Amino acid sequence: MTLKTIVRGKVTGKIIKSSQPINFLGSIDKKTGEITDQKHDLFGKNIADSILVFPNGIGSSVGAYTIYSLKSNNVAPAAMVCQKVDLTVASGCALANIPLFVLSPDEYGNMKDGDEISLG
Amino acid sequence: MELTKDEEKSLNGEHGEVLQTAYRILSATGEATDAEKLVPIHWAHVSGVNYNTIGDAGEEFLASLSKDAKFKVRTTVNPMGYDKDSVEKFGLDENFIQKQESIRESYKKMGVIPSFSCIPYEIYDMPQEGTQVAFAETNAAIYANSIGKLKTNKESAFSALASAITGKSPYSDLRKDDSPTMSIAMKVSDPNELTFGLLGYFAGKVADKSVAISGVKNLDKRCNKSLCASMGTSGTCGKFVFDDNSDASEKVDFDEKEMQKVYDELNTAESGDMITLGSPQLGLDEMNDLASMLKGRAFKKRCLIFCPRTIQEQARHLGYADQLVSAGCELMSDCCTCLTPLVTKKDVDSVTTNSIKGAYYYKNSSGLDVNLKPLSKIIEDETG
Repeated sequence: MTLKTIVRGKVTGKIIKSSQPINFLGSIDKKTGEITDQKHDLFGKNIADSILVFPNGIGSSVGAYTIYSLKSNNVAPAAMVCQKVDLTVASGCALANIPLFVLSPDEYGNMKDGDEISLG
Repeated sequence: MELTKDEEKSLNGEHGEVLQTAYRILSATGEATDAEKLVPIHWAHVSGVNYNTIGDAGEEFLASLSKDAKFKVRTTVNPMGYDKDSVEKFGLDENFIQKQESIRESYKKMGVIPSFSCIPYEIYDMPQEGTQVAFAETNAAIYANSIGKLKTNKESAFSALASAITGKSPYSDLRKDDSPTMSIAMKVSDPNELTFGLLGYFAGKVADKSVAISGVKNLDKRCNKSLCASMGTSGTCGKFVFDDNSDASEKVDFDEKEMQKVYDELNTAESGDMITLGSPQLGLDEMNDLASMLKGRAFKKRCLIFCPRTIQEQARHLGYADQLVSAGCELMSDCCTCLTPLVTKKDVDSVTTNSIKGAYYYKNSSGLDVNLKPLSKIIEDETG
């Protein structure tokens, strides 16, 4: 697999895949890791310890603090995988030390919700 | 991304933990955006000030960082959670105030200019055209690139903080003069600031890094700010140009039908229990304009107006503030419509506003319903 690594790390976990971008500010309960945005396709799911696969981050620059808070509260994803990385997700993962990878479109397409995978 | 020897040493921790953290953030954001190097920046604007958004983890991080960190370049900050002058009216708990004051203190220790504003471009002199800056706060980044003719990435809270500490930022796409690959044709007639907010939200969803917009000329400040703020809310796009002759390969229309779709996504109430204006915060022209529009009228419901402290002081001096207060407005500084703990479900079910950005966060973060109207209609319906 040709990964572009933004934040290094070896992880194994279960994929939670979203078809929608994520605005980390205002869409996630930073204390529990649950997606609270009713319009999001991951609404009601908990992203703690998952391999979170989503196209890209959007919106608020403060979303980086949400990512850091998830880690501090022990409810962060084990890793994140994106199609393209924005500065909010990259910097949040860098500070929180959450492995972050970018995949080619084909490989991204092969990521299936619920599959157990190892990365890094 | 290529680092200089000195930057490499900082990344490896040879210059202490603070710089190591800062360079770790910059190298991740540089890799993410395929930047080839870091460039010096001359002004950083950081977000992540409101305890309501950054929480305990953020407060503790800043308290720890500020023990050793010092800002290397001129650094301004986003709004926090409340206005100290009126906080007692809102019944916030002691813990919130204590944590918010700790955050304020941490930024102060690092050497910030205490602006507590999301419109730094309106309260400070703008540097000369082409100056490299690092603005978090998406409306400010987009405004700086598109209207202010400065150059910034659409920075995150941490990347702008790292830039404030190091005086550097990745040389990513938005800092270069690449032409937009998408052009949006504005096809809605008689637009007002709400229309431009809806256009911005649409543009943020469909465009990638930057976008050309055709059919628009000479917007006033209210419309420009509305466009910037909503674009920053819905996507990754960090710059627009008004260009009727763009050679962008991808072209889309923004017509009545597209506008209605966005409106229906964000407008969820027929009316609001209260009115809020100022996301982004209002500048002096807007305060003056609002005072004129309200001459001889008064709001029938509670109306909160958010503006930077320096703007409120000038408005007092010029008499607009008194006019606004006698029309029933409550003036609030240092905080903003978005994500303030002062407007919650405890007190109201719905809010009337002309801000798309405000609407998005009221709905998603605070669980409030929103009634969206342009300012002229708000005044027509809500004052007497």
